[in-house]
Amino acid sequence: MLRVFSLLIFISVLAFGAVPVAEHTVSQSNKTFSQAELTIKPGDKVVFKNDDNVTHNVFSVSKGAGFNLKTQAPGTANAVPFKNEGTVEVRCAIHPKMKLIVNVKR
Amino acid sequence: MLGRRTPTILNLAWGEPLFWDGRAQSLEDQALGPIASPAEMNLPLDQMLARLKAIPGYQALFAKAYPNELVSEQTVSKALATFERSVVSGRAPFDEWVEGNEGAIRTEAKRGFLLFNTKANCVQCHKDWRFTDDGFHDIGLPSKDLGRGNLFREIEVNQSAFKAPTLRNVDQRAPYMHDGSLRTLEAVIDFYDRGGEVKRPSLSPEIKALNLTAQEKRELVAFLKTLTSVDRPTEVPTMPQ
Repeated sequence: MLRVFSLLIFISVLAFGAVPVAEHTVSQSNKTFSQAELTIKPGDKVVFKNDDNVTHNVFSVSKGAGFNLKTQAPGTANAVPFKNEGTVEVRCAIHPKMKLIVNVKR
Repeated sequence: MLGRRTPTILNLAWGEPLFWDGRAQSLEDQALGPIASPAEMNLPLDQMLARLKAIPGYQALFAKAYPNELVSEQTVSKALATFERSVVSGRAPFDEWVEGNEGAIRTEAKRGFLLFNTKANCVQCHKDWRFTDDGFHDIGLPSKDLGRGNLFREIEVNQSAFKAPTLRNVDQRAPYMHDGSLRTLEAVIDFYDRGGEVKRPSLSPEIKALNLTAQEKRELVAFLKTLTSVDRPTEVPTMPQ
């Protein structure tokens, strides 16, 4: 019975992926990202918070991880999942000096 | 005639990316474009290099500046970019005032600076000592040029967006905007006071009607004029033979 139970748990973990998903917060303030680089695991989310007093537009055109948060008003936040391993270059479409590298590694 | 007016090269050491639409990542990337462009200097780069190599004075200068490198597109770009980085605006009456000399600018201009940072909201894009964030903004100009939008078709906020220029020495650079469509500083203030001309999805959320009084508009212009530096005239160099 215990063996069947263990087998069921094992299959569930394989099927549903019991690895916990982490959330990382990156703040935008004074037209800068709070960090230049970030390392996360596949499946983790990055929450982009606009702590600034101007509109930002966070986006990435990296292959396999393209996203565009569109205009983000001061005080708002959006979460982006990063599913695939690799390096993702994140920018603000309005303020080109805002740069962030997200390393997605197991 | 070009569709976009020539921007200033003042303070570009800090002003990347380059061009009104930011398509050049560095001054080196930008430098050869206008030389080769048929709409501008129309000189193929191989001919440019042949002309430079034929002048012994340039061979000597390049050998000194870039030992073990040829006179090439790379070294020409580096030389032009290095010169451009040295073109920096000088000290203006505004700077004297900020450093404590109350008599350096008139009261009208001081009120203009306050408006710049509050009611007129200019500081949102024209910030820091260069009075620009080098950001791309659609300010509502009635122009068909998509600017940054030509490079990023999928990004709505980049459509009709152009790089915010430095306001240092701005009163020497009429007419204004990427297309030179606003002839005077007064016309620029009026334009922003109206909240721009064209409302469209890409319009910067920071652009709004300002409800400035006539006096407030004069104060803003007075402040902008205090950003003009008093510089020594540039010496034209003796050309290498």
